[in-house]
Amino acid sequence: METLGFLIQGFEVALTPTNLALALLGCFLGTIIGALPGLGPSNGVAILIPLAFTLGLPATSALIMLTSVYYGAMYGGRISSILLNIPGDEPALMTTLDGYPMAKQGRAGEALALSGVASFVGGFFATVGLVLFAPLLARVALLFGPAEYFALYALAFATLGGIASRNQAKAAIAAALGLGIAMIGIDFATGIPRYTFGEMHLFEGIDFLVAIVGLFAISEVLLFLEHQGGGSAIGMKLGRITVSLKELAHCAPTMGRSTVLGFIAGVLPGAGASLGSFIAYTIEKRVVDRTGTLGRGDPRGVAAPEAGNNAAAGGALIPMLTLGVPGSGTTAVLLAMLMTLNITPGPLLFQQQPEVVWGLIAALFLGNFMLLVMNIPMVGLFVRLLMVPAHILMPTVAMIGFVGIYAISGSTFDLFVMIGFGVMGYVLRKLDVPLVPIILGILLGNQMEDNLRRALQISNGEWSILLGSPLAVGLWIAAVAGFVAPLLVGRYLRPPTPVPAEADPD
Amino acid sequence: MSDRLLGAIMLVLALAFIAGAWQIETGPMLDPLGPRSFPIIIGVLLGISALYPLIRPDPRPDWPAAGRLLEIVLAVVVMMAYALLLEPLGFLIATALAVFVLSWRLGARPGGAVLAGVGVSVVIYTVFHLILGLSLPKGLLAF
Repeated sequence: METLGFLIQGFEVALTPTNLALALLGCFLGTIIGALPGLGPSNGVAILIPLAFTLGLPATSALIMLTSVYYGAMYGGRISSILLNIPGDEPALMTTLDGYPMAKQGRAGEALALSGVASFVGGFFATVGLVLFAPLLARVALLFGPAEYFALYALAFATLGGIASRNQAKAAIAAALGLGIAMIGIDFATGIPRYTFGEMHLFEGIDFLVAIVGLFAISEVLLFLEHQGGGSAIGMKLGRITVSLKELAHCAPTMGRSTVLGFIAGVLPGAGASLGSFIAYTIEKRVVDRTGTLGRGDPRGVAAPEAGNNAAAGGALIPMLTLGVPGSGTTAVLLAMLMTLNITPGPLLFQQQPEVVWGLIAALFLGNFMLLVMNIPMVGLFVRLLMVPAHILMPTVAMIGFVGIYAISGSTFDLFVMIGFGVMGYVLRKLDVPLVPIILGILLGNQMEDNLRRALQISNGEWSILLGSPLAVGLWIAAVAGFVAPLLVGRYLRPPTPVPAEADPD
Repeated sequence: MSDRLLGAIMLVLALAFIAGAWQIETGPMLDPLGPRSFPIIIGVLLGISALYPLIRPDPRPDWPAAGRLLEIVLAVVVMMAYALLLEPLGFLIATALAVFVLSWRLGARPGGAVLAGVGVSVVIYTVFHLILGLSLPKGLLAF
C-alpha cells in the first residue's frame, strides 16, 4: 500500500503540464530516433543529454524526457525493421526476421499495428514490474557496504563482457580503458592530480558526456561514411494499420511469455534490450513453431521480439535506479545524465528523493499510452520521416552532437576530445571491441575506486574484506559465472552477426 | 594482424599507465591504498587482457578500401576544422560549411549539399538558439 501512495504522488509530479509536454516530446523524438537507422537509443539519448542539461530543466523533468526518448526508441526501432529490413536500432534486429516478410506480403500495416501493441504490452508490464521490484531491490541495496559495491561493479563488468560481446578479452580491454580514462584528473580523496600531464583542461577529468557523444554519435557518422548505404521507405505500401482482435488473441500468449523473458533479461546487469528480444524470439521459436512458419512472416515472430525488447528496456531501469549500475548501453547513458544532474542513484534515492523515482515511473506509464497512439494511428508520420536521406541526417546528428557539447563546456578543447573519442570509437568498433564497457568504466571508475579504498580503510588494509560477507561472496561468484558461462553457452545468448546495412541493395 | 596491433598497442599503453601510476606523488597517505594502487590494478588488467588478441587474434576486420578511408579521414579533418572555426566564424557559417562538405561526401549533389548546409544550419540555429535559448557563437555575424 505504501507503494500505491508513492505512485499517486508520482502521478502528481508527472501530470504537471511541463512534465506531460516533455514526456510527449520525448516519446516523439524517441520514436524518430528509434526509427532512423544509424541513430539508436544510446547515441540518440547521448546527443540529447547536453541539451536537456543546458536548458536548465529540473532533474525530474529532464529524467522524464530522456527516459521517454529511451522508451520511444524501443517502439520506433521496429518501423524500419519491418519496412526496410534494416533494424532501426540493435534491439529491433530480431523484428526483421518476420516483420519484413510480412511487409513483402503486403501486410506491413498489420505488422506495424501488432508490433505496436506488443511493444505496449512489454513496456506497460515492465513498468508494473518496475513498481513492484524496484523498491524491493532498493531495500536489499541498503545492506550493501563498500566491499559489496565493489563486487557489484565487478559483476556488472563481468556480465557485460560475458554476454554483450563476442570476445571476453576485448570486453576486458574496453573495461580497463574506460576505468583508466576515469583515473584522469584530480584524485578527490587526496587532491593529487593523476595523468594530467600538467594540462589544465584535464584537471577536472574527462567529462563523460564528451566521451559518450564522441564514442556513440561521432563514431556512428564515421561508420556510416564507410558504408554510405541506407534504404528508403519510398514506395512501400502500408496497407491498413490495424490488427484484428482474433490475431491479437492468437498472439497474446506469445506477448505474455516474451514480456516475462524480456523483463528478466533486462534486470540482469549487462544484458539489456538486445538480449531481451533475442531470447524472446528464440524461446518462442522453440515453443510454438511446430510448422516452421517463424521467419516467414509469422505475426508471432513480430510480437515476440517487440514485447521482449520493450520489457527489457523497463527491466534495465531497475538496477540503474536502485543500485546505480546500468544494465545496458542506454541505461549507462541515462546514468550519465543522472550524475550530471547531481542525482546519485541507489537505495538512498528512493528514500530521499521519492518524487524523482515515482514521478519518472508515473511518466513512463503515461508515456506508454502516448507511444501506443503515436505508433499505431500516427505511424505514417514516422514512415515519412524515414525518407530523410542519410546525407542530410548524418551531418545533422554530428552537428547536434557538437552543439550539445559546446553548450555544456564552451570549450574548443572538449570538441577535440570528442572527435578523438569518435575516431577511437570507430576503430574499436571495427575491431569488435565493445564500447559499452568503456562508458561504464568512465562512469563508474571513480566510485569503484572509492569503494575499494573505503573497504580497505575499514579493514585496515586487509584485502580479505572484499570477501567478508555472504552477499559479497555471492556477488563475486555471480561475477565469475557471468564471465565464464557465456564461453560455454554463449551461442544461445547472442543474436547472429547483424546484417550489415550495405548487404541490402538500395 | 589488426588484432595483434591492438594487443601490442594496449600492452604498451598498459605499461605506460603503470609507469604513470608510479609517478603519482603519494604525499601523506590517508588511506591504506592511496592514489596509486587502483591505477596499477587497471594497468595490470589491461596488460593481461591485451595478451589475448596478441596471441589469438580474431580474423582481420574488413577495413575500408583506400578511397573510403580517405573519406573518413576527410570527415575527421572537416570536424576538426569545424571545432577550430566555430568561434571565429560563428555557428551559422561554420555549420553551413561543415554540413555542405559532409553532405556532399555522403553522396548529395553539390547543389543539394549547399541547400542541406544552409538548411541544417538555419534549422539548428532556430531550434536551439532562438527557441530553446542555447548560446551559440555568433562570430562574423555578430552585430
